[in-house]
Amino acid sequence: MTGIYTAIPLSCLAAALITGLFGKIIGRRAAHSVAIAGVAVAFALSVVVYADVRAGNLFNGAIYTWAVSGGVPLRIGFMIDGLSAAMMVVVTFVSLMVHIYTIGYMADDPGYQRFFCYIALFTFAMLMLVMANNFLQLFFGWEAVGLVSYLLIGFWYERDSAIFANLKAFLVNRVGDFGFLLGIAAVLYLFGSLDYGAVFAGADRVAQQSVAGPFGEWQWMTIICLLLFVGAMGKSAQIPLHVWLPDSMEGPTPISALIHAATMVTAGIFMVARMSPLFELSETALSVVLVTGATTAILMALVGLVQNDIKRVVAYSTLSQLGYMTVALGASAYQIAIFHLGTHAFFKALLFLAAGSVIIAMHHEQDMRKMGGLRTIMPVTYITAAVGSLALAGIPPFAGFFSKDAIIESARHSQVWGAGYAYTAVLLGVFVTAFYSFRLLFITFHGKNRSDPHIRRHLRESPWVVTGPLLALAVPSIIAGFLLFEPVLSGELLGGAIHIDPQHDAVAKLAAGYDGKQGFALILAALVHGVSTAPFWLAVAGIICAWYGYRKKPELPGKIAAACGPLYRIVQNKYGFDDLYQAVFARGSLRLGNLLSRRIDAGLIDDAVVNNSARVVRRCAGVMRKAQTGFTHHYAFAMIIGLFCLITLFVWL
Amino acid sequence: MENHLLSLLIWLPIVAGILILGAGDQRRAALARKLALGFSSAVFLLSVPLYTRFDTTTAAMQFGERARWIDAFNIHYALGVDGISMPLILLTTLLTVVVVIAGWTATPKRVAQYMAAFLIMEGLMIGVFASLDAVLFYLFWEAMLIPMFLIIGIWGGPNRIYATIKFFLYTLLGSLLMLVALLYLYHASGGSFSILDYHRLPLALAPQVLIFLAFFAAFAVKVPMFPVHTWLPDAHVEAPTGGSVILAAVMLKMGGYGFLRFSLPVTPDASHQLAWLMITLSLIAVVYIALVALAQRDMKKLIAYSSISHMGFVTLGLFIFNPRGVEGAMVQMISHGFISGALFLCVGVLYDRLHSRMIADYGGLAAPMPVFAAFMVLFALANAGLPGTSGFVGEFLVILGAFQVNAWFAVAAALTLIFGAAYTLWMVKRVIYGAVISERVAALPDVNGREMLFLGVLAALVLWVGVWPNPLLEVMHATIDNLLEHTAASKLP
Repeated sequence: MTGIYTAIPLSCLAAALITGLFGKIIGRRAAHSVAIAGVAVAFALSVVVYADVRAGNLFNGAIYTWAVSGGVPLRIGFMIDGLSAAMMVVVTFVSLMVHIYTIGYMADDPGYQRFFCYIALFTFAMLMLVMANNFLQLFFGWEAVGLVSYLLIGFWYERDSAIFANLKAFLVNRVGDFGFLLGIAAVLYLFGSLDYGAVFAGADRVAQQSVAGPFGEWQWMTIICLLLFVGAMGKSAQIPLHVWLPDSMEGPTPISALIHAATMVTAGIFMVARMSPLFELSETALSVVLVTGATTAILMALVGLVQNDIKRVVAYSTLSQLGYMTVALGASAYQIAIFHLGTHAFFKALLFLAAGSVIIAMHHEQDMRKMGGLRTIMPVTYITAAVGSLALAGIPPFAGFFSKDAIIESARHSQVWGAGYAYTAVLLGVFVTAFYSFRLLFITFHGKNRSDPHIRRHLRESPWVVTGPLLALAVPSIIAGFLLFEPVLSGELLGGAIHIDPQHDAVAKLAAGYDGKQGFALILAALVHGVSTAPFWLAVAGIICAWYGYRKKPELPGKIAAACGPLYRIVQNKYGFDDLYQAVFARGSLRLGNLLSRRIDAGLIDDAVVNNSARVVRRCAGVMRKAQTGFTHHYAFAMIIGLFCLITLFVWL
Repeated sequence: MENHLLSLLIWLPIVAGILILGAGDQRRAALARKLALGFSSAVFLLSVPLYTRFDTTTAAMQFGERARWIDAFNIHYALGVDGISMPLILLTTLLTVVVVIAGWTATPKRVAQYMAAFLIMEGLMIGVFASLDAVLFYLFWEAMLIPMFLIIGIWGGPNRIYATIKFFLYTLLGSLLMLVALLYLYHASGGSFSILDYHRLPLALAPQVLIFLAFFAAFAVKVPMFPVHTWLPDAHVEAPTGGSVILAAVMLKMGGYGFLRFSLPVTPDASHQLAWLMITLSLIAVVYIALVALAQRDMKKLIAYSSISHMGFVTLGLFIFNPRGVEGAMVQMISHGFISGALFLCVGVLYDRLHSRMIADYGGLAAPMPVFAAFMVLFALANAGLPGTSGFVGEFLVILGAFQVNAWFAVAAALTLIFGAAYTLWMVKRVIYGAVISERVAALPDVNGREMLFLGVLAALVLWVGVWPNPLLEVMHATIDNLLEHTAASKLP
């Protein structure tokens, strides 16, 4: 099997290298064929591996030794278990769909081959990340997906907004990576190894150790988990490191679907789930995770309400949903987080690609206010977008219902500090989520067509390479929920990949609520439970409100916005994070750099010390030079004076 | 021949340089170029056995040569390499070939002299790394300044005289103090100039501190460390491309090498005593210099400041006294040789076309020069320490090592993740991306085959060390373990 494991990422890497280095030579058609073939192979093999893992064959081993440092070998290797196998299937499936979709979306773009090179490279990096069996490789994949994200956000590099967004994304992620790298350094320091196996085995020992720091004694485990979570906050865009994700929408839409919704941004969620043996040992860290996730979930959902750019609505929705996953992590419901990660990957990729389909039809117009009535013109896009929205809103029996309901329930069962707040936040979030997703649907697809007459004449449904992936993604958006609900609840889905302290086991409480029901009975019970509790009715209320506000009384939202005045503006300004960061960090460090450069480097060191010493020498020399007149009688006179002084001195003594 | 490999590596380029000087005035420029390429390639090929035949299991000096030279003062012609000097020699021979190729058309005047200067300098630099006798070392160390002085002074930019004098005085001042220290050691050791004898020489703390400070003066200027770094940006800005490459890629490494060869083993107690100073200065270099780099408007100045900031990792790694730190420092030196060399070459490619180094004169290069843009983005990302490139390895190991000593050192050092990315990628944003800024930029031709060759070689090396640094680290383990063991033992009588 090792050969198969290695072949999965390498087939994507090979595709990336071929399209990247020889793309111009082999042409567009060959480039996309190669890239799709590479990813298709990876997907097929991932399915094989997943089946193999479900049959009980796990793997944890090294491929090659990257370096040996201080006697500790740092190796590149794979850990294949339920968690990584599930991630591999999700990543390669969504990636394959996006590859196919790209043929249609990027058809007229001059950077066609470059684009395929990047997404194949991304798939490689993401696979290396999820398959890693050690922190080093995790960090490799982590930064490599960040790199490809940087390249792809700036894909249209002539646009100022795109290259502003990609630099911002890279730097904000680097802030997260700063914490992440220190976390890795702490792991090596305390465990003496970067291999997951050795680290998890030593977790209980390290949990006993603490260190004096600011604000008293700190558990090392808490420090490690918090540092690692800073990394997750960057990559999975949690407040306050979320600011890069909305701007990342400058990239082409297939990328928004693949990288900035389905896979890369979930790397943080995956990482925390992978590190469950460590996070379980620090309640402080779990609380921080829980509260951060809940805050992100509700605040970002609210921003999603006031956006008019179709992609931005979906982007804020992604932020909010990532918050939901983070809540699940904080509630120790790791498998539920991964469950939602999976269902979200399908329905959010679907929504982005549907938005993309609309954007192509609208000739790259993204403002929803200039759309409307597309339902009849683009039926496939409309129906698939509706499926995605229903899944996102959490309406049974769509996929999102099962995973989201489970998150809310686990937040309710959680005992760590902040669980009450988190429960309230995710509950309210359901209403907001349903509201914004159906607002999008109603504004874009229903009502009068408000587009430019010129564009309206050319409006038509997208070609099959676009609608095909939409349909393919709609299927799991409908069925993934009830297919996976039982294995998730029983813990079978991820096998032994995660570790939960019995005291924290919210999922066990959740499962206990269904007292051992199986199969269809379980699904039925979940549905009954769903429609008899608050989240479902909040979602329905959200849809009704959206219908009322945007179909029935379109003048109402404006009035409400005007009535809320300052509150509306705060949300509209995204709570001021962007402006604050821009003023303090971006302009502040530049100003500080200028100041240091001028005052210290040029002023103090170079001028006052270096050049000044030269000036002093010259000035002294200038004075002393005057004594050297060149006249013999001057020198003779000086000699006599000197002699006289010396004799006086001797006589005196 | 086998027994005189190091001598051959030192003297062949020097003789070749003199030969080229003899061969040429401007009319025979083509011949001078070909001779330079031939000889530098030969030297590089001859240096490869240093790696392939290197015994990684021992910390002892290899490829040794020893002959009496000046009996009256017990001075020997003693050469040898270990796991510290061998990789640096290979770096020198490789980059000299690169510089010869890069200087093929860039120098319109005095081609023979230009090529000869680089070849002679190559021999002298190898001499520095290979010398095991203090006087021989000192001679090479000082002689090396002369070709660099000429390169900047003759082929440099408009303000070259100021830059050369600053460069020369700064380095000379430090070197003279080192000479004093060497003379003291000569007397203290009862009349030996053998560097390896100094390693075993017991010394009281007071003389150790003084010797350490004298060495510090010489090596800190070369690295350069804050606050004696201000010669470097000026020298880089005025130097021709080749000069900048050698300066950044090899000459700065002399400082790090000096600390490893002299300061740590000769004055271990003083090194420990003054480690706080070294660590503080290193962290200032990492953070403060990065902020200063952010403010630069001249690409060469920005890369020069970036060099100082990256070299801060070298000195930090050395003075935390653990294998991760020291090996990280070594890898950082090699990697910085590739990356800064490559970045200066990139600026050179642009300068050859537009005769400006100012960031503001460029913009949107990705459209007219896509291949160049790909190279520059790669090297920029390596400079920002992206995993998978060589820039990551050294920084990563040093941060891991620093964490073992004091977590706060690691916190300060890790800030480079943010700042390094900020100044490098902001430059990339302004130079490579964006709308094409002017018609002149729009008309720029992409890299030609010759430029592709040297950028491609460096790109391959950057990626190789990033993906698989083990072959590079393997040759160092024995030497560095031995050095650290030696440094941990007190030398106080």
